[in-house]
Amino acid sequence: MTNLTDLTVAEIRDGFRAGDFSAREVATSFNANVAAAKALNAFIVETPEKALEAADAADKAKAAGETLGALSGVPIGMKDLFCTEGTQTTAASHMLEGFVPTYESTVSGKLWAAGAGMLGKLNLDQFAMGSSNETSYYGNVISPWRRAGGDNAALAPGGSSGGSSSAISARLCPAATGTDTGGSIRQPAAFTGISGIKPTYGRCSRWGIVAFASSLDQAGPMARTVRDNAILLEVMAGFDPKDSTSLDLAVPQWEANLSSDLRGKTVGIPKEYRPDGLNAEISAMWDRGIAWLKDAGAEVVEVSLPHTKYALPTYYIIAPAEASSNLARYDGVRYGQRDLPDGAGLQDMYAATRAAGFGPEVKRRIMIGTYVLSAGFYDAYYTQAQKVRALIARDFELAFETCDILLTPTAPSAAFALGEKQADPLAMYLNDVFTVPASLAGLPAMAVPGGLDSAGLPIGLQIIGKALDEQTVLNASLAIEERSGFAARPDKWW
Amino acid sequence: MTESTYRIQGATGEWEVVIGLEVHAQVTSNAKLFSGAATAFGAEPNTQVSLVDAAMPGMLPVPNMECIRQAVRTGMAIDAQINKWSRFDRKNYFYADLPQGYQISQLYHPIVGEGQIEIVLDEKNPDASKKVIGVERIHVEQDAGKLMHDQHPTSSYVDLNRSGVALMEIVSKPDMRSPAEAGAYLSKLRTILRYVGSCDGNMDQGSMRADVNVSVRRPGEEFGTRTETKNVNSVRFVMAVVEHEASRQVDVLEAGGKIVQETRLYDPDRNETRSMRSKEDAHDYRYFPDPDLLPLELDDAFLEACRQSLPELPDAKLRRYAQDLGLSAYNAATLTADADTARWFEALLAEAARIQKKSEGDVAKASANWLLSELYGALNRIGKSLEDSPVSPEEGAELLALVADGTISGTIAKQVFEIMLETGEKPGKIVEDKGLKQTSDTGAIEAAVADVLAKNGDKVEQYRGGKEALFGFFVGQTMKAMQGKANPQVVNEMVKKALSA
Repeated sequence: MTNLTDLTVAEIRDGFRAGDFSAREVATSFNANVAAAKALNAFIVETPEKALEAADAADKAKAAGETLGALSGVPIGMKDLFCTEGTQTTAASHMLEGFVPTYESTVSGKLWAAGAGMLGKLNLDQFAMGSSNETSYYGNVISPWRRAGGDNAALAPGGSSGGSSSAISARLCPAATGTDTGGSIRQPAAFTGISGIKPTYGRCSRWGIVAFASSLDQAGPMARTVRDNAILLEVMAGFDPKDSTSLDLAVPQWEANLSSDLRGKTVGIPKEYRPDGLNAEISAMWDRGIAWLKDAGAEVVEVSLPHTKYALPTYYIIAPAEASSNLARYDGVRYGQRDLPDGAGLQDMYAATRAAGFGPEVKRRIMIGTYVLSAGFYDAYYTQAQKVRALIARDFELAFETCDILLTPTAPSAAFALGEKQADPLAMYLNDVFTVPASLAGLPAMAVPGGLDSAGLPIGLQIIGKALDEQTVLNASLAIEERSGFAARPDKWW
Repeated sequence: MTESTYRIQGATGEWEVVIGLEVHAQVTSNAKLFSGAATAFGAEPNTQVSLVDAAMPGMLPVPNMECIRQAVRTGMAIDAQINKWSRFDRKNYFYADLPQGYQISQLYHPIVGEGQIEIVLDEKNPDASKKVIGVERIHVEQDAGKLMHDQHPTSSYVDLNRSGVALMEIVSKPDMRSPAEAGAYLSKLRTILRYVGSCDGNMDQGSMRADVNVSVRRPGEEFGTRTETKNVNSVRFVMAVVEHEASRQVDVLEAGGKIVQETRLYDPDRNETRSMRSKEDAHDYRYFPDPDLLPLELDDAFLEACRQSLPELPDAKLRRYAQDLGLSAYNAATLTADADTARWFEALLAEAARIQKKSEGDVAKASANWLLSELYGALNRIGKSLEDSPVSPEEGAELLALVADGTISGTIAKQVFEIMLETGEKPGKIVEDKGLKQTSDTGAIEAAVADVLAKNGDKVEQYRGGKEALFGFFVGQTMKAMQGKANPQVVNEMVKKALSA
């Protein structure tokens, strides 16, 4: 019998329906992998009983001949930024340690309603702030990948959805949820050789997801194949009246319309994404990607996104500004951490609670955000950043007059070692340089693996699409997936 | 338009006071501005709190369109510009009654722009004492919760029932120049809100409260530095704050001091304001557009529906009462000053016209007079308001009709009304049961007149000798003999006839 934990979401779904195996067998196998992978620190909370409960329900429904949900029999991991009713939700912070929501986020609720089971709550950068998963209060997530040639340095799984990326590439779960504010799905997917899509802003409800930067946060799936992403995204997306920014549109049938035939499509190559000093292997991978898309029938043109160089500074004004306000609710008054020194007043309680509850990166961003919104600086920073954001969105609109999708690298390098960029926040922020522009413009964007670099680490490509055109993004990603034949997986050392 | 002549006489000359009001009015709505939680006054603490109001992680605001509708209708009622595109901003500060750590408000793009409110300073002389006060803007925002300091010896408790309740902030221009103008503006605003139904205007329950901005200057000079006295909760207190604060400022300035721009609190027990915080330690609220909410865009159909739903407003009603119904300016003003009174009056009027088969104009004066003197007098005496009046408009109309068609006299009507108040019985039944019907039976009246003249032969002599003022005496005596039930007209005729015989 095949190893069930090697199967994709589609294979599990179809095999379960065909009676090749039971949902309980699948859940049991993944539970075992999760339990045996403590060294990766991918989970903050493991919920094997939840996975089994959903599996038993699926098996029972199947035996009774009931209609099965789209994800019946499929266990998944849930990023610990999604509030889950009855299961601790921390956003990887000390601030929310012990917080057990009485409510279920819209997206996770849709997944459970479709029959998926929860293997556990996945580790992440604290409040989703980070690109390496080194800011979690619950410790670093370790990538299952190691450099070839005996260098056993622990590598970053990317961030902020590093628990998700690590767990999927290590076969602890076939798929997981992620959230992406400036690249938090795509960069970790690239670092670990898996795929992940950030849909158009507004496709997935933000209700019940711990907020980082509201105008940028978007949930999305992460999995090993493009098809799996399409399957999950169909379940996760959809209008939610509880989120004012949710799009009131029907959810397309992305899986049914998957096609790697790109004839008639034009791929834009933004010249600003090839700065001087771009990593040669990343550059070479990009060229391979261009060739694959041509091979799939697409025409390739060069396009210009002239305001790209302002994207990162713009992002690091807007995201912290929103975060500084979004995180004000963690004040020790109603839930979560409360630090009340003897004889302390209200202000002392705030100071003590927030000093103890937030990690250094979160504090840094709250301070940046508070600064850029403060009187006298607001126009110079926040207002200016909003104007530049509009120009960046305009760049994409103009580029999409001559092409259907854009092909770019996902990250400027393969995974780096943990600790390598800790000392220099700016070097860390540069990791988001290719992913941030699409976030600022609210566009769908997907990371798909392309191959391994000379150190044996995965590197990937990013497809950016027009607003609401997830289908073309998925299709182009599928064309790359078919042609790269990427099948590498980390050797098990954990 | 009148120029105020209100002046403060300082030691060094005259000072003029400049006043602007920011009024917070709780929007009448079953649900909060961004959540579905209830808004009833006086509920047990923390029983009207949704996950959104408590700012639980991941919760998002969704605008309640009923609150938006009420703000738009209010804007329309003061003839204001309605902004079809507005936006919500976050006002950031930490306090235990503010769960989100920010208040959702509208700083940069309010839903309602400039409008105006006409005030009348002397109701007996309305035309000569009118003044138009400009309204700068109306925006909607969330209310905060409430801290309770009396529940525990060392800690404060938080009640979030009010957290997230919709408020309209109605900001006037600095157009008022006397305590009376400030009082008249606030009363008129409350009248309009109650007409529109967008706020109950109950200042004692905190549904409406005013921040009073006051400065003084030499007449004709530039505006002085202002202070803002927060959360003043009655018309009387607003006037007291203006009076007190203006003379305090004059004292400071005349002593060579400077006015500090600051927030002050009013202490009604001592009738004084005191400093709360100065500009130096004012918060930096870090306003920015709320990224959880899209801009609020209103279409023409929505605006039209808002306009259609507006009732007749106080100014229009007052004009109609005076011009079409022929009421005195004072009566018209009194009847329209309050939406409930006007509603009561119009119910009375409609019913009176219907029973008497006359036009409303024909019965308006009698109706207004009865309501304002008889009914108000009685309600005052028994300590009740029109709202819980023991007599309904229908019963009042029936009583008026009985007088109008000659069934009873005005004097008997007063008696009947007293019985109505006591027993709650209908006037027709009371007249029937007690036999109060006015008689026009000429035989009985003739006999009574003859009896009166016979008993007062001396007076008859005097009358005939030219003392005609005695006519009233004979009528009065006859009415008395008839126990008030005789038709006064018939009595008049009979007395005249008997005397000239």
